[in-house]
Amino acid sequence: MGVEVILNQFLILAAVLFVMGVYGLLVRRNAVMVLLAVELMLAAVNINLVAMEAFWQTTEALGQILAVFIITVAAAEVGIGLAIILLIFRNRRSANVDELDLMRW
Amino acid sequence: MVNAGLTTIYLAAEEGAIHAGTGGIWSEWAGLMLIGPMLAFLVIVMFGKRMRYQGAEVAIGVMAFNLIWSTVLLVLNMGDEGVLYERSIEIARVGGGLVFELGWMVDGLSIMMYWVVAAVGLAVFVYAHGYMKGEIRVTFFFAALSLFAGSMLVLVGSPNLVQLIIGWEGVGLASYLLIGHYWEDKENSSAAMKAFYTNKVADVGLIIGVIIIGVVLGSFHYWDLAAAAAEHSDLLGPVAVTAAILLFIGAMGKSAQFPFHIWLPDAMAGPTPVSALMHAATMVTAGIYLMARTFPLYQELATAARPWMIAAGTITLFGMGLLALVVDDIKRVLAYSTVSQLGYMMTAVAAGGYTAGLFHLFTHAFFKALLFLGAGSVIHAVHSNNMSDMGGLRHHMPHTYRTFVIGSLALAGIFPLSGFWSKDEILATLGYEGYNLVMWIAVAGAFVTAFYMARAVSLTFFGEYRGHGHPHESPRIMTAPLWALAVPAVIAGLVNIPGLKLPLIGSFTSWLSVRSVSMGDHHAESIDLGLAAAGLAAAVAGLWLGWVAFGPKAAKRRAERDWVEVPGLYPLLRQKYYLDHVALGMVWTIRSPLARAVNWVNDYVIDGVVNMVGALCQGLASLVYRGVDQRGIDGVVHGVSYGASGMGGLLRRIQSGRVQQYAGLLVAGLLLLVVLVLFVL
Amino acid sequence: MELFEIWALSLIVFLPLAGALVALAIPKEREEAVKLWALGVSGVTLILAVIVAARFDFGAAGRFQFEVDLPWIGAIGANYHIGVDGISLPLLVLSALVVVLCVIYSWKHWDEPHNPRGFLVLMLILATGMNGTFVALDLVLFFIFFELVLLPMYFMIGIWGDRTMRKIPGFKKEVETRLYAAIKFFIFTLFGSAFMLLGFLALYFKSGSGGLDPTFDIPELIGRGFLFEGTFAWLVFGAMFLGFAVKVPMWPFHTWLPDAHTAAPTVGSVLLAAILLKLGSYAFIRISIPILPETAREWAPFIAVLSVIGIIYGSLACLAQTDVKRLIAFSSVGHMGFVMLGIATLTEVGINAAIIGMVAHGLITGLLFFLAGSMHHRYHTREMSRLGGNLKLMPVLGGILGFTAMASLGLPGLAGFWGEFMALLGSYQPLPGLSTDFFRTAMVIGAIGTVLTAGYMLWMLQKVNLGEPSSEWAGKKFHDVDRYEMIAWVPLIVLIVAVGVYPKLVLGVTTDAVVGLVETAFSSVLGG
Repeated sequence: MGVEVILNQFLILAAVLFVMGVYGLLVRRNAVMVLLAVELMLAAVNINLVAMEAFWQTTEALGQILAVFIITVAAAEVGIGLAIILLIFRNRRSANVDELDLMRW
Repeated sequence: MVNAGLTTIYLAAEEGAIHAGTGGIWSEWAGLMLIGPMLAFLVIVMFGKRMRYQGAEVAIGVMAFNLIWSTVLLVLNMGDEGVLYERSIEIARVGGGLVFELGWMVDGLSIMMYWVVAAVGLAVFVYAHGYMKGEIRVTFFFAALSLFAGSMLVLVGSPNLVQLIIGWEGVGLASYLLIGHYWEDKENSSAAMKAFYTNKVADVGLIIGVIIIGVVLGSFHYWDLAAAAAEHSDLLGPVAVTAAILLFIGAMGKSAQFPFHIWLPDAMAGPTPVSALMHAATMVTAGIYLMARTFPLYQELATAARPWMIAAGTITLFGMGLLALVVDDIKRVLAYSTVSQLGYMMTAVAAGGYTAGLFHLFTHAFFKALLFLGAGSVIHAVHSNNMSDMGGLRHHMPHTYRTFVIGSLALAGIFPLSGFWSKDEILATLGYEGYNLVMWIAVAGAFVTAFYMARAVSLTFFGEYRGHGHPHESPRIMTAPLWALAVPAVIAGLVNIPGLKLPLIGSFTSWLSVRSVSMGDHHAESIDLGLAAAGLAAAVAGLWLGWVAFGPKAAKRRAERDWVEVPGLYPLLRQKYYLDHVALGMVWTIRSPLARAVNWVNDYVIDGVVNMVGALCQGLASLVYRGVDQRGIDGVVHGVSYGASGMGGLLRRIQSGRVQQYAGLLVAGLLLLVVLVLFVL
Repeated sequence: MELFEIWALSLIVFLPLAGALVALAIPKEREEAVKLWALGVSGVTLILAVIVAARFDFGAAGRFQFEVDLPWIGAIGANYHIGVDGISLPLLVLSALVVVLCVIYSWKHWDEPHNPRGFLVLMLILATGMNGTFVALDLVLFFIFFELVLLPMYFMIGIWGDRTMRKIPGFKKEVETRLYAAIKFFIFTLFGSAFMLLGFLALYFKSGSGGLDPTFDIPELIGRGFLFEGTFAWLVFGAMFLGFAVKVPMWPFHTWLPDAHTAAPTVGSVLLAAILLKLGSYAFIRISIPILPETAREWAPFIAVLSVIGIIYGSLACLAQTDVKRLIAFSSVGHMGFVMLGIATLTEVGINAAIIGMVAHGLITGLLFFLAGSMHHRYHTREMSRLGGNLKLMPVLGGILGFTAMASLGLPGLAGFWGEFMALLGSYQPLPGLSTDFFRTAMVIGAIGTVLTAGYMLWMLQKVNLGEPSSEWAGKKFHDVDRYEMIAWVPLIVLIVAVGVYPKLVLGVTTDAVVGLVETAFSSVLGG
């Protein structure tokens, strides 16, 4: 079993995770769940990056660096996102995304 | 021979070999005459209202100064040595080797014009001081008169064609301001507009003509133009006729030649002193002056243009004279007469009679200004312009009456008044140059001239007074200028009697030419008695006919219809009656079909074309504006913004504000991209 | 004084901008202080401009003087390169002067919603843009200044403009005239500028061929004129033409002008007419012709046709107007037609005509808009059918209007004449290689245009100035020209007469520069 087989398994895992994320993003109505779905997609990307880095073995370890970078950004994003959702919930007693269309034309 | 003369004069002048004095400080500072009235204009506009005589004193003072100065120059020019001086100041180098200059010229022609403007101007200014007493805007009136005098002097003093244009349009502006002096009435402001506008149309010719000459010669200088013409320059040759005709079109506008004359009768809406100074004596002669100044061009290169000029002049001199027979307004009679006399001058200059045309300009300035001022005096007394409101005024206004008759006789060309000599010179020139038909038309014109002047004098000063109130003679400030002008109207002809050379004064011909070299035109050495007799006979016949048809007896007969049937007097009266009939029949023939036809052409054809062009322009303007501009071009502009806004309206529907819908689109787009990358590319 | 040489132009350009920023720090309520400050800043700018003119070496008017050339944006080779020569000097002084006069005029004349601070700040920013355009010798710098004037003018029209509602054909709702005009002005100009920028960029990249560094520097680009040929040059000229022609404006890109002028507040109209319109025609002389002379010869007949159409068309449109300001605006189309006709001849006389025509038009039409604004201020209408007898109601104002109308119709002896006369003079004999018959026809049509010009000006005078006042105004008291108006107008009147009598005031500076420009650009056809 070569490196490629292991790589394929990781990629499949990431793809599955990503699709689950997309599914969640599109169909869940609760904003928290949508946010979680986004996190899922980011996790899929991170898996991809790390797996690819293991495969290519770049000298700068670009994959790992990017993965760490994304984790940081994701953390910040979740922090702000949850804060926004919390405020919306306080104001409207609901966090359903399909009820939020204040930004339409 | 003629060519040799011209070549000599201009080439010799260029080499400084000409036998002429410079006139010393009188020439070197002659520019003061041009600047003086302009400064007077500024001073009167700014401070005139605070002055004791509302600015009139400044205007009159400056004119008196000009008269003294120009008289000195005139006297200097009379000696054996003529005066020839020129000074130009560069006002711009414009590239292409062309230079614009302002300056002044002192030579025979310009001295003559300086003097005429100053002499007639002073008389008119003094007269106007009395005439305008109690009228509105007297200050501005004198300011505009000064502006006119200044512009006219700039025009006639100009050594180049560009400065000529400046003066040319300056007098046009002054004319506009003064014709429209009583601008509260639309009629007057329309007359002012008509004058300015007709001139502006003609000025297109002048400006293009000047441009052609300037570009071709690389100079706007008369001197260079004359030299080029004398040398038959290859540069000027091909465009000479075009340029000459274009300049002539400009001259036609200013000098009211058929068919551009239409503005002049309307210009009588201005106060009478204005009509006297500008629309009779000086401004309208600017066209003649231009033709004389550029004479070498017409004499040498543009001979092909001359038949056209003579045709226009001849139609003007005869046709417009006829019109003077049918109008009731005394100022219009004089206006048509002016047009007709300008026709004489133009015909003469066009036929090659440089001296003849200018001589008539010279004499005409005095007697026509005199006539206008006399008419103004009458109008002042009876408060009407119409001769039907006058009559019998010779008892009430003796000074006006006498001077008016002197002026009329001079205009009619009665020996030995000034008009006789100048008209005779024109006839002689026409005959000498071989334009016999034109010459006989001019003789007929002399007849018509005498006829309408006799009519005007009869209706105004003879018979019974038909107006209202009690007319009085005008104050001395108005009658004094009348007598002052009557003197030159009588004696101005003496300076140019063929074959007679006055001691000290010399002759008019020698004034105009640079010393000892003739301008190349023909000047009779002795009077042609036959021709003079013909002209005089025509004039006397005209006077007689006018007297018979419109004199006091005719009027009386008309008033008391049965008077002719008184027994005893009948046979004598019958004969008179018969003559009256002949006269009346002739009058009727001339008045009714002929003059009316000319009048009709004037009012309907020429004015009609003017009006039609106006209406057409107006229609076209609204068509262009509404149709093309607002709908067409602006429509495209609006269409573009409308399209952008429509597209926006469609696309904004995507902006539902629902985050999941956006995400769905995002994913769909991503999938599309994936499909594209994997399967299509 | 070396220091002055270096700093003079930069001060002229940026002093107003700095002044605007300082003005923002003055409390809004202290109007007098703001006005005095604005007057001081614009006054100092004018004085500097006059000193520059006085120290200008007229013997070397063809050379750029007071030149500053510093690296600015290294990455794209854009430099801070400024300087004046004989062509830009008159326009620079004119621009500085008109701004001062506008400040003085607006002292007591404020359109709603008042707010002098805001208005004066915009005016000072505008001054920076205008002065900058006239001294910029780098395409990037030029573009920035060229566009900088848009914003203040947009706000001037949009905020202080005419509030009447107007129905625009093609649009359902009525809009406020000021909004419509401001947006139209902005978008129209921006549309042209987009193409202009394309042209600049194309020049930049093409100038880099043949192993040279690409450059935005105008004198440098003139030296590399040989690089730009054929279709490339033709297209670049076209792109720049669009940008400049909109600004001039040339027919048929002029429709923003009447709307903007009609809607703009008085001072806005004055600045627009006196200076902003000159930016376009100046750019033709400064950029298009010297950099792309061969292409200019191909385009010249086309430009001449549009100019001549503009002359006739503008005059005809004037005759159909009922609104005084709109009439004056359309007259600008005609007058700028003469300017562009002069440029199209590509001769020394023609380009000189264009410059003196620009200066004269700035003085005369600026004054006309001042007058129209003051009349509107008193009558509260611009409809000519309602006006009449102005000369009786307000003799001084009416007199000045009469004078200015005469100057506008090109009366010889006043400034307006020389531009028209010299444009026609140039058209009689255009640059060798251009069709003489064609340009002579243009000359005749242009001359007929002068007649139409006289027609509508006289007509306007008769309608507005002459006659008895209608019953609407008879018996009412109008206060004639006030002190501030007089101070603002007298310099313009004096200059109109001075330039008219002694055109050397302008041509004395320009001729050498123009001769140099034409000789360099067209040495091939001029033979040597």
